[in-house]
Amino acid sequence: MSDVAATKIPALQLKGIVKTFPGVRALDDVTFDVRAGEVHALLGENGAGKSTLMKVLAGMYQPDEGTIEIEGTPVTMRTPLEAKRRGVVLIHQELSLAEEMTVAENIYLGELPRRSLGRVDWKTLFAKSEEILKRLNCGFGPKDRVGALSIANQQMVEIARALTVDAKVVIFDEPTASLTDAEKVVLFEIINDLKARGVGIVYISHRMDEIFTLADRISVLRDGGYRGTLVAGDTTEDEVIQLMIGRSLDLSRRQHAEVKTGEVALKVEGLSCGKLFQDVSFELREGEVLGFYGLVGAGRTEIAETLFGLRRPTAGTIEIDGKETAIHSPADAIAKGISLVPESRKEQGLVLGMNCRDNITLPQVGDLTSGPFVSDGAEIAIFDQYRDTLKIKTPSWRQAVGNLSGGNQQKIVIGKWLAMHPRILIVDEPTRGIDVGSKSEIHDLIRELARSGYAVIVISSEMPEVLHVSDRILAMYHGRVIRRFTAEEVTEDSLVAAISGIEQEQVA
Amino acid sequence: MANFHVEKPVASRGQQTARVARDIRGGGMNRDRWKTIASVLARQGILVAFALFLIGFSIFSDRFLSPENILSVMRSSAIIGVMALGVTVVVIGGNLDLSVGSMLSFSTVLVVDLHDKIGPAPAIGVMLVATLALGAVNGLLVGVARLNSLIVTLGMLSAIQGLTLIYSGGKNVDIVNQDQTWFKIFGRGTIADIPTPIVIFAVGAILLHLMMAYTPFGRRIYATGGNATAAVFSGVRRSRVVFLTYLISASGVAIAAIILGSRVMGSQNNVGQGYELQVLAGVILGGTSLLGGAGTIWKTVIGVLILGFIQNGLLLMGFEYYVQWLVTWVVIILAVWLDIAAKRGRLLSPIA
Repeated sequence: MSDVAATKIPALQLKGIVKTFPGVRALDDVTFDVRAGEVHALLGENGAGKSTLMKVLAGMYQPDEGTIEIEGTPVTMRTPLEAKRRGVVLIHQELSLAEEMTVAENIYLGELPRRSLGRVDWKTLFAKSEEILKRLNCGFGPKDRVGALSIANQQMVEIARALTVDAKVVIFDEPTASLTDAEKVVLFEIINDLKARGVGIVYISHRMDEIFTLADRISVLRDGGYRGTLVAGDTTEDEVIQLMIGRSLDLSRRQHAEVKTGEVALKVEGLSCGKLFQDVSFELREGEVLGFYGLVGAGRTEIAETLFGLRRPTAGTIEIDGKETAIHSPADAIAKGISLVPESRKEQGLVLGMNCRDNITLPQVGDLTSGPFVSDGAEIAIFDQYRDTLKIKTPSWRQAVGNLSGGNQQKIVIGKWLAMHPRILIVDEPTRGIDVGSKSEIHDLIRELARSGYAVIVISSEMPEVLHVSDRILAMYHGRVIRRFTAEEVTEDSLVAAISGIEQEQVA
Repeated sequence: MANFHVEKPVASRGQQTARVARDIRGGGMNRDRWKTIASVLARQGILVAFALFLIGFSIFSDRFLSPENILSVMRSSAIIGVMALGVTVVVIGGNLDLSVGSMLSFSTVLVVDLHDKIGPAPAIGVMLVATLALGAVNGLLVGVARLNSLIVTLGMLSAIQGLTLIYSGGKNVDIVNQDQTWFKIFGRGTIADIPTPIVIFAVGAILLHLMMAYTPFGRRIYATGGNATAAVFSGVRRSRVVFLTYLISASGVAIAAIILGSRVMGSQNNVGQGYELQVLAGVILGGTSLLGGAGTIWKTVIGVLILGFIQNGLLLMGFEYYVQWLVTWVVIILAVWLDIAAKRGRLLSPIA
C-alpha cells in the first residue's frame, strides 16, 4: 500500500482499525483506502463488519486502535458533523430526512443560510437548492415536501445534501435496496458523475451485478477481518463470493424432479379484502412451495396478513384441511397451524431488546410451563435445537437479538416459527437485506421444509429467489392474481410481463 | 479520551453515582480498569448508589441507621411502594399510569367512609371492585381503544378527583371507633413483629417479581412493551395484556388505600395528590425504561427505598420538609441521565 500512497495520496485511508464491543471483535486490523475519483466497493456478509467500518468512517464510532487519514493528514472524527466538515459524507441505507419539511430545508438542515436576527434566508436557500437539484437532474423542486416524494427521490435529497459540502468521500450504504431499475440507472449516472469530479466513492452492496457495473476496486471483509482487495476488471463474481464466504455458491434454478406433494393443506377461494386484493383463489398442498411474485403494493403481503388473522377478509372462504374456517387473530392462526415469517424482521418479527431464547419461544411460551412458571430447561432446549439446525451465530442465548447481524436475526425469526411446527408456513421476503451466504442457507431450508411435508408460501420481490424456491408461482398485479405458472413453464420474461400488467396470450 | 464503553445490550439499566460522571469526564488512566468499573456500575449502579446514600447519611446522623428508623422509613415507603410495583408492570408493558394518585384518594375515601356504614369487610370488597373498575377504564381506553396512555391516565387523574369530591361532597371522612376495628391491622398492626405495611409490600413485591420474571404472562408484558407489533405478530393478545397491566396497577392502589386508610383512620379528599410523581420517581430510580420492555420489580423496590431514605435522611439532617422535593428531583434527573450516559458511553451525544 505504501508505494501507492507515495505516488498518489488516497482521499481517505484507514490503517489497522480495531473496534471491539463486549464479546465481539467487530473490526480486527482493517485497512482500507479510497482514492479520489474511484468507486471502491466494500463487500461482506452481514456481520462481517461493514456497518461498523462505515460508522467509523462517518464519525459515529471511534476506533479503539488504528488511524484515519484524509489526504495524508491523520484526523479524528468524533461526530458525523465533524466527518461531514472534513468532506466525508454517508448516504444512509435508512433515510434520515425530516419528512414534513421542504426539500431545500432538508438539504441544508443544520446549516440553513441566515439573514439578520437569525431568520432563514429563504431566497438563497431555494436558489442554492435549485442549483444542486439541477446538477442531479431531479424531477422535483426545492419547495416540495420530502414526505410526498418517492423513496428514490428522497435518496436524491440525501445525495444533494452530500453535495452541499465539498465532499471528498461519499459512502453509499445499500443505495439501491428500495429503487426500481429505472431509478437505479439515474443513481449510477450520478455516482459516475461524482466520480468524474474526483470524489472518492465507497459503495456498499450485496448485489454483485451492481458492483461489477460500478466498482473500480472491491474490498472484502469477513468476520471483522480484512480479506483482500481485488481490481474489478481482473476478477470474477465467483472469486469475490469465495473471498466473502470462504466457499463457492450455487444459485441456479432448482431441479424440480423430486417434488412429491400431498394433501391440500390450504384452499383459498374468492378471497378479497377491500381495495387491497380481490378474488384471490389458490390451493396449497403439503410438500410444495407456492411463490407469490409481484410489485410492492400488489397485495401479496396483505394476503399473508389476512391468512394470519391480522386483517378481516371482506369476501371469500379459507379452508384448512378441507374444513372451512375463519381466522380471527394471529393467536387463532397459530392454533390452526399457520406461521408467518413477516416482511420486516425489526418491526414485526423481533423484540430487539429481548434475548435470543425468549424471542424464539415467544409464541409458545404459554405451553412451556411447569406449574405456573416458564420452564427454563424447556426453553433452552428449544433454543439450542434451532441454534444448531439454523446455524445461528450468537455468543449465548442471553444476547439481545438487536446485537446480532441481519442474517442471524432472520434465522431467529424463522426458528421461532419452525419451533411452532406449523402445517402451513408463510414467509414474506425471507432474505431481504441479508447477505448471499445466509440467503442460500435460507433457500435451502425452505426447500428442505417442503420436502419434509410443510406447505410453504414464499412471498418475494426478488425474481431469482422466487424462481429458485417455488414449485408454482402466482403473479400478482394490482391486488389480483393475474397469472399462474408452474416451475417448468415459467420464464423471467413472462413473469415480468405478468406483474407489470402486460397481458400475454401465449404461454412462453 | 472522553468515552468509555459499557456493554450495550442486556438491559444495562441502573443508575450511576456522581463518581461515574467524573470517570466519564476525567477518565484516561487505565482504560480497561475504568471499563470494568463502569460496566459494574452500569449494571448494579442502583445498589452502589443505595449503599453510598446509606453510608453518607449515617455519617451525618447516628439515628439514621438505627433499626427503629429503618423500619419507620420502610413502613412509610410501603404505600408508595405497593403502588410503584403495579405501575412498574404498566411501564414495562409500554404505557404510563399517572392516575394512581387520585385513584388512591378515591379508594381511601371510599373504604374509610364505608367502614362505619357497612363494616370493614364489605367496605374493602366494594372499594376493591370500584378501584378495579377504574383500572378497567384505563385498560379499555389504552389497551383496547389504543389511545395514548399519557393522555388517558392524565385525564383520569382529573376525572377521579372529581369523582371523589362528588362521592364525599367535599367532606373529610373518618372512622369513629379507631381502636376497636380489626381494620387497624393493615396500617398500624404488626405480623411477627414486623409492621404489616412492610409485610404487604414485601409479599406484593415477591409475587409480582415471580410473575414478571418467571411466568408466560410476564414474558408477554415484556414483549408487548419491547415491541408491540412484533408481540402481536407472535400471537400475543396485546389488548388483553395491556388491559391486565392496568388492573394490576389498580390492585396496587387498592391495597395502598387499605394501608393508608387503616393507618390514618380518616381521609381527606386529596390525600393521594402528588403520589403519582413519587411513584413514578421510584419506578424511574429503579431503572425501568419509560419506553417499555425493560425493568425489574426488585429494582423498583430499591428505587422506592432510596427515595424514602433520602427524604428521611434530609429530615434527620435538619432540612425543612420541602427540601426533599427539590433533592428528589435532582436525584431522578441524575439517575436518568447517567443511565443513558452509560448506554451511549458519553454524557452528551449529538445522536440519541
